[in-house]
Amino acid sequence: MTNPQMVMYEEEFNQIQTIVNRLVKEANARVVFVIDKNGQEIAKAGETDQLDTTSLASLTAGNIAATGGMAKLLRENEFTTQFHEGERANIHIQIVGNRVILVVIFDSKTSLGLVRLRVKKASEELNVIFETLMRKVQDPNRETPFAEITDDDIDNLFND
Amino acid sequence: MSFINVLSREINCKIVYYGPGLCGKTTNLQYIYTKTNPDAKGKMISLATETERTLFFDFLPLALGEIRGFKTRFHLYTVPGQVFYDASRKLILKGVDGVVFVADSQIARTEANLESLENLRTNLAEQGYSLDKLPYVIQYNKRDMPSVAPVEELRELLNPAGVPEFEAVASTGVGVFETLKAVAKLVLTEVKRQAG
Repeated sequence: MTNPQMVMYEEEFNQIQTIVNRLVKEANARVVFVIDKNGQEIAKAGETDQLDTTSLASLTAGNIAATGGMAKLLRENEFTTQFHEGERANIHIQIVGNRVILVVIFDSKTSLGLVRLRVKKASEELNVIFETLMRKVQDPNRETPFAEITDDDIDNLFND
Repeated sequence: MSFINVLSREINCKIVYYGPGLCGKTTNLQYIYTKTNPDAKGKMISLATETERTLFFDFLPLALGEIRGFKTRFHLYTVPGQVFYDASRKLILKGVDGVVFVADSQIARTEANLESLENLRTNLAEQGYSLDKLPYVIQYNKRDMPSVAPVEELRELLNPAGVPEFEAVASTGVGVFETLKAVAKLVLTEVKRQAG
């Protein structure tokens, strides 16, 4: 089955969250979030209260998928960076290690140059963490958090 | 590809509604959206044309409750059913954990159902999936229309493997939650199987 589960463990989650928190500050951004290519949110930081990050994550993943589809037609591997400029908000989207997506939302308080610079550093660090995480997930002796659940537990969820 | 967050004890899964154009995929999601408690759902997003045909996808995030402290969250997607949007359909199938095939029960749509099911198999195979191994259910929609094929006939054509199947009228909600629950249960069972 080519559908391996992605498991996020506490150690890696904390490392990712630290990088995301720092990126918000260093890039002077409004919001930073990390999602996987299927649109699942992994971590976020900044002014996220006012923002529907679930929808944004799904649309970003759709956007990356569509751009990836275009790249394939042009025999490119992938377009790893996207930038959308609005009147007040701008979005910088970066694919990290062909695996996850780093999204930075920023306004006129910062510049695209600074965002790019900080994203580059954060991407490299995130890539290392996700490589470690993938090794951990693929380890046959790994901790399997969902294994404790029984078929009855699942049945009970669907009994009205 | 399910996503389990150990820290927040969340399990996230992706379910895709597939089927021919105008079979009622979006209507399924709209009904689920209108009948779900606001705490359990996010915003429904529809990337549609001006004539309300799905252009890329519909998206509905949904929480289905907790299993032993694990929050179960499902991301429901539809694909654009029209034949010429095939490139987009392939993209939506990436990372899928479970599939609902929505068939249009009307006799006139028999060919379209078969073509779409074949297309589903082909597109899944391209991503390295097999429909026979994925959590998968079938919904025979539009049972209220005047000229529908008998369920036995639809079963023979579309469901030779005998996966769970449901009769539905998505516009009034008949069979909609039964379909969703069935596929969600299959997905969680598969997640558990892989974890164990």
